Amino acid sequence: MVLFVVFALIAIVAAVGVIISRRPIYSALFLLLNFASLAALYIMLQAQFLAAVQVIVYGGAIVVLFLFVVMLLGGGELNDIRDTNRPFLQRFGWQRFVAVGLGVLMVAGLGYGLVTGELSAVQGDPAAFGQGSVQAIGSVLYTDYLLPFELASVLLLVGMIGAVVLARPPE
Amino acid sequence: MVPTSYFLVLSAVLFVIGALGVLLRRNVLIIFMSVEMMLNAVNLTFAALAYHFLQIHGQIFVLMVMVVAAAEVAVGLAIVMSVIRHKDTTNIEDVNLLKG
Repeated sequence: MVLFVVFALIAIVAAVGVIISRRPIYSALFLLLNFASLAALYIMLQAQFLAAVQVIVYGGAIVVLFLFVVMLLGGGELNDIRDTNRPFLQRFGWQRFVAVGLGVLMVAGLGYGLVTGELSAVQGDPAAFGQGSVQAIGSVLYTDYLLPFELASVLLLVGMIGAVVLARPPE
Repeated sequence: MVPTSYFLVLSAVLFVIGALGVLLRRNVLIIFMSVEMMLNAVNLTFAALAYHFLQIHGQIFVLMVMVVAAAEVAVGLAIVMSVIRHKDTTNIEDVNLLKG
């Protein structure tokens, strides 16, 4: 419980840091902190393989990609939050009504979930869950989910080709 | 033993912070990072419910989301780079080519 609170607070603080930082490089580093604390939460949820993949893919690939782009652009200060010409509320038009509606909806949903207590007690097979190990994931991924697995490889290929085509300098 | 609903509330809060980032910031890189945070919040929901119901299928879904996120970041950052090459800005207010 103590570990959950600690890592949840780190995740929330890092998430807030991402969206309020003035320099994009700080945002990228806060994002890394957010991903790392989520990896710790995955371990708490018996998802060890997911925690490792989270660190490798998100921390190792995605954040590094962000840092590359930030470094290429030069990490100057951004002034896109503070628009001092207009007061805070007038910067949003119809969005603020939608935001209030969505906020009420979220608080209602969260309150309902917390008041009514635990979710239904439908339980799966603990042996098949296998502590979220590589073996348990692999035996399902390569049998039941073989087609989505193959399609994911096609998606990655398309993403790779798309990135190369888009990033190529114009003729 | 942490109740599953705590994990769900945490992921809802993270998702809302990500949505706030998309709505409030005008820098395309920060918006991208916020989208990644929202995807991560959904991943946490999947993992928490997989553990709650002791079903490994939720974790498979998280893997699929990670694949899509990786491909999305690669293509998206390439688009950002080419937009910057043409318009020399990262502010999405200045990028309105498709606005009629």
